[in-house]
Amino acid sequence: MKTEEIIQRCEALYEDLNFTSAREWKAAEPGRHVIGFLPIYIPRELIHAAGMLPLGIYGGGDQMEVIQGDAFYQSYICRIPRSTIELALTGKLDFVDGMLFPSICDVIRNLSGVWKLTQPDTYVRYVDVPQNYEKEVGGKFYIQEMRELMDGLEKISGREITDDQLRESIVVYNKNRELINELYHQRAKTPWNIPVTEVYLLMRAGQVLPVEDHNQMLSDYLTSVDQVQRPKRDNTKIILNGMFCEQPPLNLVRSIELAGCYVVDDDFILVNRWLRENVKESGDPLENLSDAFLEHSTRTSATYEPDESKKGSQLVEAVQKTGAQGVIFAAPSFCDPALLERPMLQDVLDQNNIPNIAFKYAENTGQMQPIREQAGTFADSIKLWS
Amino acid sequence: MATENVKKAPVDLSKDVQKDDSQLMQKEMIGGNFDKLAAAADDPDMKVVYTFVPGNLNELVQCFDVTGNYPEINALQSAMRKKTGPYIMEAERFGQDEDVCTYVKADLGMMRKGNIGPSGKKIADPDLLLLSYTGCFTFMKWFEALRHEYNCDTTMLHVPYQGDGEITQNMREYVVKQLKEDIIPALERTSGVKFDIDRLRENLGESAKAEDRLVDVLQTAKNKPSPIDSYFGGIYYVGPSFSAFRGTPECTAYYQALWEEVNARLEAGLGPVTPEGTMEKERYRLVVEGPPNYTHMREFWKMFYDEGAVVVASSYTKVGGVYEDGFRHDPNNPLESLADYCLGCYTNLNLPARTKMLEDYINDYEADGLLINSIKSCNSFSAGQLLMMNEIEKRTGKPAAFVETDLVDPRYFSASNVKNRLESYFQMIEQKRTSSAA
Repeated sequence: MKTEEIIQRCEALYEDLNFTSAREWKAAEPGRHVIGFLPIYIPRELIHAAGMLPLGIYGGGDQMEVIQGDAFYQSYICRIPRSTIELALTGKLDFVDGMLFPSICDVIRNLSGVWKLTQPDTYVRYVDVPQNYEKEVGGKFYIQEMRELMDGLEKISGREITDDQLRESIVVYNKNRELINELYHQRAKTPWNIPVTEVYLLMRAGQVLPVEDHNQMLSDYLTSVDQVQRPKRDNTKIILNGMFCEQPPLNLVRSIELAGCYVVDDDFILVNRWLRENVKESGDPLENLSDAFLEHSTRTSATYEPDESKKGSQLVEAVQKTGAQGVIFAAPSFCDPALLERPMLQDVLDQNNIPNIAFKYAENTGQMQPIREQAGTFADSIKLWS
Repeated sequence: MATENVKKAPVDLSKDVQKDDSQLMQKEMIGGNFDKLAAAADDPDMKVVYTFVPGNLNELVQCFDVTGNYPEINALQSAMRKKTGPYIMEAERFGQDEDVCTYVKADLGMMRKGNIGPSGKKIADPDLLLLSYTGCFTFMKWFEALRHEYNCDTTMLHVPYQGDGEITQNMREYVVKQLKEDIIPALERTSGVKFDIDRLRENLGESAKAEDRLVDVLQTAKNKPSPIDSYFGGIYYVGPSFSAFRGTPECTAYYQALWEEVNARLEAGLGPVTPEGTMEKERYRLVVEGPPNYTHMREFWKMFYDEGAVVVASSYTKVGGVYEDGFRHDPNNPLESLADYCLGCYTNLNLPARTKMLEDYINDYEADGLLINSIKSCNSFSAGQLLMMNEIEKRTGKPAAFVETDLVDPRYFSASNVKNRLESYFQMIEQKRTSSAA
């Protein structure tokens, strides 16, 4: 399949707020179930092992007019919960059998309660992950939390999730991680050939497709994009940080590139890259998932960093590894995690002489010109003076 | 407005307010703690632990002869003294975003301006940041930000959220393990004092006695007229229990004195004490959800007592512990009861549980309705409040209303908007009464 065809398919999936592909997957066989989840991380292996489709819900984007959702939230709360509840109230999630709300911030946490009150027939679970990374403390807690989640899934499906099924799911998601890591590696090496919009759309496609299909898609893309030769421009290599929950409009991401920036790393759709290394495939699968979480999690603003000397170190390492010349902090308005983290990260970057700028957006931001000007000026200033 | 309401002449809000004896007692206690924090700034042998109100481990902290400092208390005390505006702007000048929690910014701004506490004395730098991560995501980043500035020892207690509205054994064990393996060793390390579980048991016993009296006091509001205001007055009533004193004999004595004072008012058939004296006629009984505004506290309160509105129950007085359902710190299960305490704080409850609590308050306290003071800074409280309001109206048939202010940012208090909404709300209650009576 050609690159263009793959990206066209991704774009169609991205724009489809009725989640037609997930509906078709569910309807293809009786007894299939779909479990929705919000950013930032859940162990999708458990859902997959239950024979279900994990469906990433990332709000309504800039395509959906939010009418009812605004009645649920004050003006000073970010946009993703209001567009997410709008999806539910307009029937766009009526085929979803369960919803998982990860522990990312107070707004998403409380959205789990909104769901319990407004969607009483749907299985709803707040997925708490440990902020303590000791195996005997946080690890044991997390394993039991995963067991409780599995109990909930088993009640929906009416069948037990076996260790073998879990191990098989770990294998297929490990493959997914490897392909995505390869995509990011290739993009960092030749960012002119793998535009940021294509990476973004490929990552989003993984939220609605079965992982096996997504693996095939990634594999096809990597093969096909290798044959493409796109012009190399005199752009500045940057990393985007802060876009892990409420999503930027695709045009915003595109605008940054058009402004003269090659994006060589980002925190889009972090569930795909949360575990920085593969999960062990043999042995106790829950313990392996827990160990991977404790030892190989991406450090984000939704997590506690116990060691001050490591604060921001993953971001600095990413700059060094990718050869990025600067960092653009782009956070959604009213996003407590990203906005509270930002000054600390900026401080670390400043100490390492890494140029950085910051701006805010909302998922329905329409005016790209100011962002393009800001990103363009940043890119030019790096080229001229760094 | 109702015809019986007679507008009073403008009152000079700057004049001295009337205070109960218990308030004066509390003032001394808090002042004493600020004195200790000031003394610690010059005495390296005096160790200081910064921690938060919800899920605070004061009984445990007291076992190590350290002085507790509560940044939220500093922020609200500074707000009442009109000091937080410049602090917040200072923090924003140094990179904090306008969108984020103003408690955090007031604290960071105060630190950057010399860490002069609300009493006018310097607060010692922390020897340990004890991050009790309970019911509020922002706490986590707040103490990371403080650690970034102070570069001091930090320990974190992760308290899982009651997503399904219950405390599971897994949650409890997780918290207890953290207490044993992280928190206690960190406090030992900081203080040089070895942990003594019997001392903890003793402190927990004191807490339970104080908690009994606190519940007695808050439940007097079931009477008509209520002898207390459970929001504006309640903030003072919970002060010692929510801060550096719970678990001390001093705190127990405070609650005993408070109980006697309130009981005397109850027996005399008196209404709550307001800054202008006893409220004479109780006209509206309200349940309030959400924190108060501290920058214009007296002006805000006056909008209520001028209209004869008394708050008979509030959720804010439960952020530092929910005791009305029978939970008490338990000397026989010291660490487990600390865990249950942390897990049970109000903002760690899920939305259905919070909604049910407010619904019960309206019924049990025979309230006329629910008022939500939605705080711009506090997503933990605020996200979902509009749905809670609709649910409670639906379940109780009582009217609800919504005002918006901020905890400590004076820029977000619009007196005329709040007053207009409150006046409309009181009219709504009157109309509801009239239609019910017809």
